Amino acid sequence: MRARVFVTLKASVFDPQGKTIADALHSLGYVGVDDVRQGKYFELDLKTTEAGQARALAAEVADRLLANPVIESYRVEID
Amino acid sequence: MKFAVVVFPGSNCDEDAYHAVHDVLGQDAEYIWHKDSSLNGADAVILPGGFAHGDYLRTGAMARFSPIMRVVDHFAAAGGPVLGICNGFQVLLEAGLLPGAMLRNQSLKFRCEQVHIRVEQTDTPFSAACRRGQVLRMPIAHGEGNYFAEPEVVAELEANRQIIFRYTDAAGGVTAAANPNGSKAAIAGLCNLARNVVGLMPHPERACESILGSADGRAIFESAMAVFRTGRAGGAAGSALQAVG
Repeated sequence: MRARVFVTLKASVFDPQGKTIADALHSLGYVGVDDVRQGKYFELDLKTTEAGQARALAAEVADRLLANPVIESYRVEID
Repeated sequence: MKFAVVVFPGSNCDEDAYHAVHDVLGQDAEYIWHKDSSLNGADAVILPGGFAHGDYLRTGAMARFSPIMRVVDHFAAAGGPVLGICNGFQVLLEAGLLPGAMLRNQSLKFRCEQVHIRVEQTDTPFSAACRRGQVLRMPIAHGEGNYFAEPEVVAELEANRQIIFRYTDAAGGVTAAANPNGSKAAIAGLCNLARNVVGLMPHPERACESILGSADGRAIFESAMAVFRTGRAGGAAGSALQAVG
């Protein structure tokens, strides 16, 4: 199975990269873009064929390594 | 006194740290490989700057899984003095030995320059030989030194006097211009609750000889030496700190 892990900075954390990208978009005329938050995206190819196990494993590696809970939160999708 | 200088793959300030404590300050020092399982009787541990394990995911994220970090954990828990410099500070944060995390510098630029930091507290093994309010000049060299913790955590750090160094101007004033990376509360260095683990982003080991532009960094290592001497002369580490600080 494949797990997709989206890691993003928590809402309370200022994202200087996202802010710079938002400014760049504004300078290109995309005034319809209010704000940008940059994050990380991981695709995990997993041996298991069971969705529950896949989700648990993806969450475990996200907790242990992929995300730092002090500044980041994550979301897992399985397919 | 013996310093252990931990070497991770990607450390690049290990030789500077060794040079500072061994060649400049005349102390025993030993490199400890990150896969080693002993600190070989060291009295203090330095986690040096660099890019441990490449810092590919986040700075310091992999280093906390290195075997030596279990040993450093035990050493710290027993009250042993641990100093994390730059990447070493980032490793201490990721390892949970110090609270908070590092973000990209607010400018998004790697900053490599001389800065000033003000000594806020002197009851730690790495600031005991300083004066409170003393301004030290030493270099920074980092892209992720923008210290972050939630406001309530920063308030705790203030209340517990865990902020040891703050970025200031040369006169010791906290200004936005003197903060090189956007750190909350201008935090350049902090300690744990037990006060024996200290991390800072600036590089004292690169500021131990006047030919390098500043010798102010010596005070950080001389603090450890003073506390060690006092501790040996008798009394617990706590009373030693008070006597020196």
